[in-house]
Amino acid sequence: MSQDKINSKEIQSVKDVTVRFAGDSGDGMQLTGMQFSDTTAIVGNDLSTLPDYPAEIRAPAGTLYGVSGFQLHFSSTEIHTPGDTPDVLVCMNPAALKINMKDLRPGATIIANSDAFDLKSLKQAGYETNPLEDDSLAGYKLFSVPITSLTSEALKESSLSTKEITRSKNFFALGIMYWLFNRPLEPTIEWIKSKFGKIPTIAEANEKVLKAGYYFGDHTEIFTTRYSVAPAQLPKGKYRSINGNEALAMGFVAASQLAGIPLFLGSYPITPASEILHFLSKYKNYGVKTFQAEDEISGITSAIGASFGGSLALTTTSGPGMALKTEAMGLAVMTELPLVIVNIQRGGPSTGLPTKTEQADLLQAVYGRNGEAPIAVIASSTPGDCFDMAIEASRLAVKFMTPVILLSDGYIANGTEPWKIPNIADLPKFNVEYRTEKEGFYPYLRDENLARPWVKPGTPGLEHRIGGLEKADVTGEVSYEGENHEKMVKLRAQKIKNIQNDIPDLKVEYEKEGELLVLGWGGTYGAITEAVSHAREEGMKVSQAHLKYLNPFPINTGEVLKRFKKILIPELNMGQLSKIIKSEFLIQVISQTKIQGLPFKSIEIQAKIAEVLGGGNGK
Amino acid sequence: MENKIDVGELKLTAKDFASGQDVRWCPGCGDYSILAQVQRSFPEIGVKKEDIAWISGIGCSSRFPYYMNTYGFHSIHGRAPAIATGLKIARPDLSVWVATGDGDLLSIGGNHFIHACRKNIDINIILFNNRIYGLTKGQYSPTSEAGKVTKSSPFGSIDHPFNPASLAIGAEATFVARSFDREPKHLQQMIKRAAAHKGTSFIEVYQNCNIFNDGAFDNLTNKESKEDTVIVLEHNKPMVFGKNKSKGIKLDGFKPVVVDLTDGKYTVDDLWVHDEFDPVSIRAFMLAHMTDSPNLPTPIGIFREVTKSTYNEGVTKQIEYITEKKGKGTLEALLNSGQTWEVE
Repeated sequence: MSQDKINSKEIQSVKDVTVRFAGDSGDGMQLTGMQFSDTTAIVGNDLSTLPDYPAEIRAPAGTLYGVSGFQLHFSSTEIHTPGDTPDVLVCMNPAALKINMKDLRPGATIIANSDAFDLKSLKQAGYETNPLEDDSLAGYKLFSVPITSLTSEALKESSLSTKEITRSKNFFALGIMYWLFNRPLEPTIEWIKSKFGKIPTIAEANEKVLKAGYYFGDHTEIFTTRYSVAPAQLPKGKYRSINGNEALAMGFVAASQLAGIPLFLGSYPITPASEILHFLSKYKNYGVKTFQAEDEISGITSAIGASFGGSLALTTTSGPGMALKTEAMGLAVMTELPLVIVNIQRGGPSTGLPTKTEQADLLQAVYGRNGEAPIAVIASSTPGDCFDMAIEASRLAVKFMTPVILLSDGYIANGTEPWKIPNIADLPKFNVEYRTEKEGFYPYLRDENLARPWVKPGTPGLEHRIGGLEKADVTGEVSYEGENHEKMVKLRAQKIKNIQNDIPDLKVEYEKEGELLVLGWGGTYGAITEAVSHAREEGMKVSQAHLKYLNPFPINTGEVLKRFKKILIPELNMGQLSKIIKSEFLIQVISQTKIQGLPFKSIEIQAKIAEVLGGGNGK
Repeated sequence: MENKIDVGELKLTAKDFASGQDVRWCPGCGDYSILAQVQRSFPEIGVKKEDIAWISGIGCSSRFPYYMNTYGFHSIHGRAPAIATGLKIARPDLSVWVATGDGDLLSIGGNHFIHACRKNIDINIILFNNRIYGLTKGQYSPTSEAGKVTKSSPFGSIDHPFNPASLAIGAEATFVARSFDREPKHLQQMIKRAAAHKGTSFIEVYQNCNIFNDGAFDNLTNKESKEDTVIVLEHNKPMVFGKNKSKGIKLDGFKPVVVDLTDGKYTVDDLWVHDEFDPVSIRAFMLAHMTDSPNLPTPIGIFREVTKSTYNEGVTKQIEYITEKKGKGTLEALLNSGQTWEVE
């Protein structure tokens, strides 16, 4: 093929693209997606990702339920979601095609591994004829590529086994995609070298296959067009890719250093929260102590023990683990010890949908304990925001001597975005002072915020006992006296209420009053932001507010809500925030719900905005 | 305990360990004695009282921390070993003690107990075993004998009980002992030995509940029978017991048997010689299970003490090692780790 021919391939500039990689759960689609994301971040696009994989580690090959997907939205402008409808689907087998077809935009590009479309696999996916050959994909740009045999061909000289060779086919697909979207190979080659450095045969094979895929795009006639997506105009600074769980882990290390006290994590492995335990376990040289507990209850109670000892104590989990930790949360309320409880929400109830996202633990977080047991509840809204909220949860916990629940979800936990590395000097400082003064000490004597003193065992003269039985006001001795109990219940409630004076107001984007406010919380931030912005581009008058503090609400919340005629609350549950808002502020709201284990598409919220505004566009 | 100091310097007495709170156990309860023996032995363990923390769960025994003038935490049912674990990992400088009962430790808290033993966390667990649920007014417990008639087992319990010492040995506890509320001197000895042990120490104390299970250990504690029903284990000594030391335990293969030392057939040289530090746990199991046979005396003393690295030490050492290897981590380095790029 001549040089002219290569150069004759047209490069078409596009603003934003959504791609989805899909294959068997053993096909390495998550890895492929992550590599494409990292490279895309490095070339300066804004991006957002959505890994979507089954709970089975290696489901039987070729099955519909074993399909693993990774969606990535990248753009030359700022974006907030992983994209509603993929423009490009890379599918490694018939099951992946079958599962993902319904989501594609009309005319989308499909790159299929034709080698995997054999009779057995077709049948397994429920195809009677081969969709790559029967014209059923006529409305799409279909590229049938024998990825498996091309991979074998590229590695015919290699000493690797057939199984090992076949396993590297995802790098061929990645190579094609790099060529198609005009991305450099170097970042992935670097990654391969660091990851497989110790097994040079594998490292060389993967690199070779990646390049073979790239050159395949270059040299063959089937692709006539390549695409380029210009770098996005992001704020100046140094960036890195981050997902929500890593951001949380780094946020807690930051909090520990800002507060000047050691960090302790007690945790039991659970999807999708385990990654926080993994990250923090690596940070030994930051003085972080991690304890992989024997169960969820030990996860939280060991953290309570560490908090009693003066550490910044943390436990991380997901829904089923939250249920198990409930009694211990009450103990932390009663003993008024600082503690951060992170819940990476997943589909429930019970074991539910371990790898899928949901926001259905809000009521549990705010109310789900025996007795009057108020706990501060905050939620992070994007992967990067997880860093800030980890610091904020820690700050509130030690300042108010209280457990704080930090809600995240499977979507932002696993989703990646470019993150501007913060300037350490700009991070909030918060001093922790342990009580050492003997004079006038009582374990339940409160400061101006109603927080009790934090005394570390080892402090001479301040030996005292705490526990789960009701405490006498000030002295902290056991008390069964009715009036004291009522007083203590009210004091604990007021202490949490006092947090309102210490947190920012609820901010309204766009008009501060009017017809419609879309009110969200947690991981729906991206979809709502994009929906509101598109609706406004279409002339609809709609404002947006996002709650990061859910108990207590920001002090101006009621007043903000009253300035709008209609409040739309989109949530990935049956309307839990709606329920709280209605009971708290006695107003009507419109609840939009989705409980499919997937985030909102922005188009879904945009359609609801249009519906609520009727023909009037809010004007 | 890393901060052991000279006992003479402390000049503490039993009184210094009394918190001054009214003790609210039923009059005549065996818990009073356990409290007294702890208070009497603590001046000699070589730890300042501000460096001691008592953690408990729920039950009669778990009121214990309120009565000790040390740091204390009366927590929730069954979780004391887990709270103690977190505290000890975070604060290896403290001497951490758990006061617990047979329901608290072996029923609702069984999982935390076995894992604390397995990990060899340097904490001390004292089990107040009265073989009954006292605070909930008299249901059978995981150590109640089979067939026990209680409010929740009116026709006799159909459970088989745990043997706590055997359970602890099975869970790889590195220090396992048994004593009685009614043997003050012996109990004090066990407490001091537990304090000196590095790793999880477990003392099972047979304790009389005079309200719901009175006399459960009578034949082991009353003056008339105890010499024949109890054998006191001593390291490197032949296992002799009975009035006038007239009997001994001989090993018949893996079976302990009682032999008469007065009829000239056997002498002390034929007896089983107890080795507290035997690295193999088989004999310790056999000692623990001597209670299964009505013909054998019940052993008290130290069943087993072995040395193993502790979990909390491991945590500290790993942090030190990695810090030395990689250098102390700075926030700047952490945030900038991995691939980064500049946006101009």
